[in-house]
Amino acid sequence: MGLLVNAIAGFLFGLGLVIGGMANPAKVLNFLDLTGSWDPSLAFVMAGAVAVTFIGYKLVFRQPRPLLAARFQLPEMNQIDRRLVLGAAIFGVGWGLSGFCPGPAITSLPLLAKGTLVFVPAMLGGMILTRLITNRGLQAKTLVPARAGEAQ
Amino acid sequence: MSARLKALGEPRSIGAMTATQFTPLASTIGGVLIGIATVLLMLFNGRIAGISGIVGRLLPPYRNNDVIGAAAFILGLMTAPLGYTLATGTSVLQTVSGNVLLMVIAGLLVGIGTTYGGGCTSGHGVCGLSRLSLRSVAATAIFMMTAFVTVFVTRHILGG
Repeated sequence: MGLLVNAIAGFLFGLGLVIGGMANPAKVLNFLDLTGSWDPSLAFVMAGAVAVTFIGYKLVFRQPRPLLAARFQLPEMNQIDRRLVLGAAIFGVGWGLSGFCPGPAITSLPLLAKGTLVFVPAMLGGMILTRLITNRGLQAKTLVPARAGEAQ
Repeated sequence: MSARLKALGEPRSIGAMTATQFTPLASTIGGVLIGIATVLLMLFNGRIAGISGIVGRLLPPYRNNDVIGAAAFILGLMTAPLGYTLATGTSVLQTVSGNVLLMVIAGLLVGIGTTYGGGCTSGHGVCGLSRLSLRSVAATAIFMMTAFVTVFVTRHILGG
């Protein structure tokens, strides 16, 4: 059941990226080109997604726990550290060079564009490399029981 | 040699522009769908819909963190273009740079940056902003900023 939810959520998420235009790097790059061929569409994707999630999360977090899991798994870190700043800065450069962030790149794989077929393996390589070097994968995702724990 | 250079893609595709149409309605609908998916994942599974994090769960070093669930989400994600085409009868419109070197470098930077910074456009941008996480607000501001600067440099300084 949890698997089905994962698959449906993934499908809806990908559909949103495709319909919203985020799966088209040309559109993303035009959004990022403030002083040139600016296409503000992606601000509408972001606004729509954040509006629904903001309200939806508020309702969901009134529940003591998720419907199919023991607890909500939320990141516990709240400090702006060097890793966050540096990582976000590096990510933005890659995003600006290609027009791809991870979601749209993975969603685009079955469309088989040459650029996607080299971008995704390079991205996965970068992720594995960073995880191996920093152990980030083991540390940063240390998770705490969220509302369910606090309520007890 | 020239054949080899050609295989690397067109150098001038750095900073290349393809005109796109302003699509406020379709983009809002797309955003709402992304929001619904994000809320569903939290409501049922208690999970953040951060794509770089979900992809990371499929990669070594492995730990017991619902690898199969992550695989199901990614499979769903990759089924979306087919679903779109079946539903609308139109193929997905996409212009991706064919510059292999550029795309390899960009892919590496996105992989390293999202892993080091603990999130991407979805995890920090959608989920984090919606939770009013200070870390995510900062991350989103920073990656937007460096992306704006990168496009400005490639299009208007190098590419112009």
